[in-house]
Amino acid sequence: MTALHSQTLTELASGLKKGEFTSVELTQVLLDRIAAHDDKLNAFVTVTASAALATASRADAARVAGIGGALNGLPIIHKDIFCTRGIKTTCGSKMLENFVSPYDATVVQKLADAGAVVLGKSNMDEFAMGSSNETSYFGPVKNPWNPECSPGGSSGGSSASVAARFAPAATGTDTGGSIRQPAALTGTVGVKPTYGRVSRYGMIAFASSLDQAGVITRSSEDAARLLGVMAGFDERDSTSIDQPVPDYLASIGDSIKGLRVGIVRQHFDAGLEEQTGARVKEAIAVLESLGATTVEVDLPNLDMSVPTYYVVAPAECSSNLSRFDGVRFGYRADDAEDLLDLYCRSRGEGFGDEVKRRIMTGTYVLSAGYYDAYYLKAQQVRQLIADDFRKAFADVDLIAGPTTPSPAFKLGDKVDDPIQMYLNDIYTIGANLAGLPAMSVPCGLVDDLPVGLHLVGAHFNEETLLRCAHQYQQQTEWHKACPEAFK
Amino acid sequence: MSLDKDQVRHIAMLARLKLTDEEYAISVQKLSKIVDFVDQLSAADTTGVVPMAHPLDAAQRLRPDVVTESNERDRYQENAASVSAGLYLVPKVLE
Repeated sequence: MTALHSQTLTELASGLKKGEFTSVELTQVLLDRIAAHDDKLNAFVTVTASAALATASRADAARVAGIGGALNGLPIIHKDIFCTRGIKTTCGSKMLENFVSPYDATVVQKLADAGAVVLGKSNMDEFAMGSSNETSYFGPVKNPWNPECSPGGSSGGSSASVAARFAPAATGTDTGGSIRQPAALTGTVGVKPTYGRVSRYGMIAFASSLDQAGVITRSSEDAARLLGVMAGFDERDSTSIDQPVPDYLASIGDSIKGLRVGIVRQHFDAGLEEQTGARVKEAIAVLESLGATTVEVDLPNLDMSVPTYYVVAPAECSSNLSRFDGVRFGYRADDAEDLLDLYCRSRGEGFGDEVKRRIMTGTYVLSAGYYDAYYLKAQQVRQLIADDFRKAFADVDLIAGPTTPSPAFKLGDKVDDPIQMYLNDIYTIGANLAGLPAMSVPCGLVDDLPVGLHLVGAHFNEETLLRCAHQYQQQTEWHKACPEAFK
Repeated sequence: MSLDKDQVRHIAMLARLKLTDEEYAISVQKLSKIVDFVDQLSAADTTGVVPMAHPLDAAQRLRPDVVTESNERDRYQENAASVSAGLYLVPKVLE
């Protein structure tokens, strides 16, 4: 039998069903791994060992009684942006260092109802603002493939945990690439569904028109399994879309013969590191060998996506984060002189540098006299970018390209230059601006560091992405590659 | 520099952020870089383009006007730094 920590969700589900091991045994194996190795990665903010064992024990009883849910007894990790009742939810910030949510996020509730065992809450960039995990108040997460490198961000604790075999799956959130970029840099699968597909209720808001919850796993099949549980209409999320959730596993085994794969020429321009580009082209050749055809598509406004994002996202961030006032919850400065001083010092001391920078950028672009030139203009360009995708999807079923311009970069390398850091999301941001589903699939190594193939689909076409990735994974072994130190 | 120190002070005040002198100096520099970067947008031709309101063109949903939440004030207030008799306490506002 493959070691339990190396098995996928799908394999573990089968092993539990056959009685090869219990959920309590499995949970204990992973908790022991986390206890032994997380000091090397800093992937966790909170490990919920006793709660996990209690849930696992209930799951074992449910299985014996024949009443377990779709994920009964299977271990997962939640990004620390999802509110969990009775367990700290820090969002990687000093502001919420001691915050205990009075309720569960819908995603948390749905996964719990399905019987999943939560091992803990993963580290992340503060308020999901960052692409390297270096903005976390709890310190950076390290990449299991090379501890000197970033695991990506903002869902870096989730991606590092899945890559290090701490758990077969983790939740994440993606506003500009925060699931897909860390998945690419750690050799894991990351899926950002269509905007409105998964409920945002109880997911601490960064940029509400871009934020979407998703998953990080090691196989596309596992992602399909989890997404099927997480997706669906939620009346508590005002932008949730009321559309039935297909059975993502039902079509995943179908051939991709005849699938039209769009290739964007600009994705392979000078900004892309050569070896990363070579791995991505090899992956596209595999899709062709499976019967897919490639079609060149044009996204003429692509180069405007990063500047558009860095107006829209900070604007929405400055508005969303105004709720942190030091009064109702969160950090409060001591000995305030008056109410204004209480607000300004609680926020000044409670937020980190990058969060303050984004709040100020957003405040500036929304301030009197600048609104038309920045925010309104960005929402117009955003429309142009969405139109480009709409036209492209008239001719193709999905778009394939690189997830990131290069493999993982060294911690500290980009931290002083916000623009360089922002450009890391150049290939992923478009899907957020247009609300499209997208995923990253491990497609090779460059100097012993993983890189990802990025797939973008039309609205609500997660099925095609998951099927394409699954078929690719039937032909390749990249998703099974494990960092040497975590075998 | 597209932003000066006074502008950054004004923005910080609007955002209710107290910064240290060192933070001001760095913010002037970094925010200027960001503003210069997003200024690229001015080159895009957006004549007649309707600004995006929702990525899926969905309309805002309305819900029936009925009470759905119960009163859980005590539980919510467990996260507050200072409360008394069900109220949140802040520094004195009126003399």
